[in-house]
Amino acid sequence: MESMKNVVTTKEIKSYLNKSARRIWCAGCGNGICMGALIRAIVRLQILRDKVVIVSGIGCSGRASGYLDFDSMQTPHGRPITCATGIKLMRPEMHVIVFSGDGDIAAIGGNHLIHAARRNIDITVIVVNNQIYGMTGGQVAPTTPHGALASTAPYRNIESPFDICKLALAAGATYVARSTTFHVNQMVSFIERGIANRGFSLIEVMSQCPTQYGKLNNIGTPAEMLLWFKEKTINIKRSEEKTSEEIRGEIITGEFITERRPELTELYSQLLKRAQSKRSNDET
Amino acid sequence: MNKKKSNRLFMLGNEACGAGAIAAGVRFFAGYPITPSTEIAEYMARELPKVGGIFIQMEDELASMGALLGASAAGAKAMTATSGPGFTLMQEFIRYAGLSEIPCVIVDVMRGGMIQPAQGDVMQSRWGPYGNHPIIVLSASTVPEMFFLTMKAVNFSEKFRVPVILLSDESIGHLRETVEIPDVESLEIINRKKPEVPPEDFEPMSPGEDLVPAMACIGEGYRVKGYSGLVRNKKGNPTSDPEAKDYLTRRLQNKIDYHLPEIQLSQERDTEDADVVIFSHGSVVRPAHRASTLARQKGIKTGVLKATTIWPFPREDIERLSKRVKAIIVPELNLGQIIGEVERWTKGRIPVIGIQKVDGNLITAEDILAKVEEVAK
Repeated sequence: MESMKNVVTTKEIKSYLNKSARRIWCAGCGNGICMGALIRAIVRLQILRDKVVIVSGIGCSGRASGYLDFDSMQTPHGRPITCATGIKLMRPEMHVIVFSGDGDIAAIGGNHLIHAARRNIDITVIVVNNQIYGMTGGQVAPTTPHGALASTAPYRNIESPFDICKLALAAGATYVARSTTFHVNQMVSFIERGIANRGFSLIEVMSQCPTQYGKLNNIGTPAEMLLWFKEKTINIKRSEEKTSEEIRGEIITGEFITERRPELTELYSQLLKRAQSKRSNDET
Repeated sequence: MNKKKSNRLFMLGNEACGAGAIAAGVRFFAGYPITPSTEIAEYMARELPKVGGIFIQMEDELASMGALLGASAAGAKAMTATSGPGFTLMQEFIRYAGLSEIPCVIVDVMRGGMIQPAQGDVMQSRWGPYGNHPIIVLSASTVPEMFFLTMKAVNFSEKFRVPVILLSDESIGHLRETVEIPDVESLEIINRKKPEVPPEDFEPMSPGEDLVPAMACIGEGYRVKGYSGLVRNKKGNPTSDPEAKDYLTRRLQNKIDYHLPEIQLSQERDTEDADVVIFSHGSVVRPAHRASTLARQKGIKTGVLKATTIWPFPREDIERLSKRVKAIIVPELNLGQIIGEVERWTKGRIPVIGIQKVDGNLITAEDILAKVEEVAK
């Protein structure tokens, strides 16, 4: 898909922020990069601002809905996709965007993720995956790498992390992509394509949490964490040429699926027509 | 179908609930199957699309509530129905709905075990969620009440922007009775208050004199902030200011108390000269009325206080009666829940005697009559 507008100025980005909100994100956090990428994608798609609603859950990234100047809803922990489902069914003309963290979407909200993907409802989910629970102080997440340290895994994580993209793919999402906070242009274009997809889209963004994950695992400064993403990343097309042993521990980025399948609210409007024509038949 | 005849319908309690919801303007239902409430979901799945409404079966009760509140925040009158175990899962969002003032109606067709009637959710309906939250709980005792109280629940939730619970139980949900449905035009329909100022001047958390803020919905151009489980300031931004927290927590409760005369629904029968009063709600009301009649035939002056709104609790009725009558009997299909509130407001003036049945059978008029006779001795 060709972008309508390529250059997005800082001034434009700032015009999308809720200026009265007090922001709590740490210096060096990846959330701001992801939120900026989301604004860029919306500007580039030239979507009317009042046709966008941002839904988020609980956690550091969950604060984004309140930092942005759109219609918004911050739901209980793990539930943004359920609220987004109700909003989209009521207002099919709106772009419903979920912006939340890995704990919110893949742990407590994992069941809602797979069912929304199965329904192929036109919601775009941006998962900011910092591999840890940041707000509560660095606890192990279902996305924490095997062997990493966390405040509730002081002897290292013995569990294996979820591959959120594969999960969404298997559940029926019609657009799935992964990027990192190092690859901002790529992230913006994936978010654009996710929003433009008429169906369930998921964009996972590997993001840095220097305050918790970085510190506990001795990775270094925010800039070093970003460079670590650069080094650890392999594109999906290149990864297909390698053995699973060769890409162990690598972050696979790129688009996992771009597919067209009937979308839930489109199917529902057809259902309404069927129910109402049956009704008029019954009455005559 | 003949139009005049359609006003008098022989219906299942659960169907009457669905019909009441649609009459009140409910156009969104999200639910998850659970006995003995499932007929409500089935009714809505069949009937809502005919009026352009939305039905969705979600993956669990957490998700049902989420979809409900998303739809309500986007402008729909929204309802769900469940039973005890599902009601437990909904508590998280009930608190959220209370705090973010998103109107919604939750029907809980109570059960004990799988299919027996029970009243085990009386305290859960008030105190299920954590923290402080406003709530209105109505209790239906007949099939016609399932229709009219569902309407009332929708109207209350819209007017006060508060979650409203309608309690019923298996014996009402699965009972068939005739419901006289008045002309649609004569039914009172209340819609949520909308902002009267342009978006730039709108403060989502500033209430009117009635302590209820106007509600801007998603998709109406207001860029709504403030749908959140956090404490928020007037602009809808999260805050940890103690004053703001105190103000919000108290306002949410005060808005219920302020409207108490309108919200508090109860009926009394034969209480004027009564020595013994039976406090009842839900499926206990019918045997209570019967027991009262039988007791009077035996010369015991007995009356019935029927609580239709059980939360907020009808404390004024109990305070007034406890200054006049000699005893209050509280039959319940649980081990004694609402009796604690009755005791609280009689303040030790008179004996409060419970009848507690938990074997899955209904409380009978004979059960209550035996207790009335015992008390009157």
